[in-house]
Amino acid sequence: MTIQFNDETFRDDYSFRNSPWAIKRFPFPFDKDDYMYSVNMEPHERVRDGSIFTNRFDVDEHYVSEMRDRALVLDQDPLRCQSLPHMTLAGWDLLELIMVSKSEDYPDMFELHRDGNKWRWINKPLGIDDSFTFLDESTLPYGPMEYITRQTQGDFALLDQRDDNLWMDAGMITTQADWSLDFDIGMNFFEWHAPVPLAAEKGIFVRALKFLLNIQQGSPARRLNWTMTVNPLLDTSPENYHKWGVQKTTLTPENIGSKQHLRVELQTFFRLPRSNGMVFPIRCYLCSFQDLMTVPKWGRRLHRVIRDLPDELAEYKGFIANKPLMLDYLSKFDDGLPTSPGIWPDIETEPPLQK
Amino acid sequence: MSKFEFPPSITSRPVWGRLEARAGKHHLMIAEAEGAEAIIDIATPELMAKSHIIYIPKDTDFEARLKDLNPAILHVGPSYSASLQRIRRILLDAHMGLQVYLTGTEGMMGQAMNEAVNAGIPHTAIQTEHRGSTARRMQCVHCKGITEDVELDPFVCSHCGLNLFVRDHYSRRIAAYQGVCVDAEDPGNIPEQKRIYE
Repeated sequence: MTIQFNDETFRDDYSFRNSPWAIKRFPFPFDKDDYMYSVNMEPHERVRDGSIFTNRFDVDEHYVSEMRDRALVLDQDPLRCQSLPHMTLAGWDLLELIMVSKSEDYPDMFELHRDGNKWRWINKPLGIDDSFTFLDESTLPYGPMEYITRQTQGDFALLDQRDDNLWMDAGMITTQADWSLDFDIGMNFFEWHAPVPLAAEKGIFVRALKFLLNIQQGSPARRLNWTMTVNPLLDTSPENYHKWGVQKTTLTPENIGSKQHLRVELQTFFRLPRSNGMVFPIRCYLCSFQDLMTVPKWGRRLHRVIRDLPDELAEYKGFIANKPLMLDYLSKFDDGLPTSPGIWPDIETEPPLQK
Repeated sequence: MSKFEFPPSITSRPVWGRLEARAGKHHLMIAEAEGAEAIIDIATPELMAKSHIIYIPKDTDFEARLKDLNPAILHVGPSYSASLQRIRRILLDAHMGLQVYLTGTEGMMGQAMNEAVNAGIPHTAIQTEHRGSTARRMQCVHCKGITEDVELDPFVCSHCGLNLFVRDHYSRRIAAYQGVCVDAEDPGNIPEQKRIYE
């Protein structure tokens, strides 16, 4: 299928919009009416054609505009993309993984032609046609990780595996939920997760690490994570928090439906063949409350999840001050009817709102 | 001198130990201020005969007592940064079997640990003991500037002037804790300053 790419912004006038297609395939992260941390890992396999789980690296209508936003972030702060010296090979692994996956999954948009180490990469949506020598950095305009992640939606953490741990030794991080690559680079799995409340005492990180260390080549895994963002702002970095933090105070009962966004991360985990490292893509999807409410099941469920969420989590996710306003809005979309299990919208089978 | 017990914290926060004399061909000891007392506590004639002590007094005066220990080399440096080239040179010349001992403030130990790690010594093999001031070395997450010896929370970034709160999240690579704007969501509303461990 051919995608019509939006011309939109994730800052200033915030012209970002989801089409009805994008709303229907939005990765709603709650599979039941309440939420607590869990490892919630599953194989990253193709499910439901057209869903965001169809391809290894999902490309959607926001692709071109997201890449433009990434370039703006990097112009202002080049430290959002860093790679420790020993991570170059993992960068090549990542470049290969993405080029092969995209050219196989989206042959109408991406082409990869390989003749030994002489490669030609064609990215039609971004108008790129580059020939280069695989594993020779001097033949690309950026390092391999930066080159390919300037052309791929989502943040990317490149992890080295040693001492039975994973080390965040490289990354392209421009759409992060409030953590700093520049600060966290070089940390191990437990250290970079240190600020997350509750999860460590539940043993989440020990189990998650054990799972991740065992991921094999060709068998990637995935999970969903979520937070809240006022305005469709991709760059919710700590670096710029002193600029965007104040936007959280602009919500009113009148504008909350369009301004408040559920921010969902599709986190996937791939083993890399040459470096034996891992790549951890963190793809951000945004959807406004008013668009989510067009799916009756999601309206009912989101109200229940937010209502029953422990305050510690609302605090950590940064929306505790706006929680009452959210609940006032969301309660109008909860008629008390039961909801079907799983994350899918089930528009045909779930009853419309009864109030 | 009583030792300060840091309250339990998150996993990125460093945990400092207690120095002990270890077997080794050479011993590099970097002591800042009251850290000199941690060296005095473990000193034996055998250990001192193979020890190179770098002492950074700040506002203390342990030079005479350290000299009485008869270390192989005692160097008194006026500040950490003034001692840095010397530390790098010692690490560059180091052979297998060098033991590293760091004692003093968290900021000094963190920076010196980085130097040792960059020289190829695993951070888990480096001994540390906190002594003296509990002030922190802080990095502003916004402008990336480092503010040394932060005792109060929140504090003003010495580079960009933002009011920052003191987090426990710590980067070994930067050898600093993270400071984040405290009034981003309510500009001008700065909480009253407290001592960090108050």
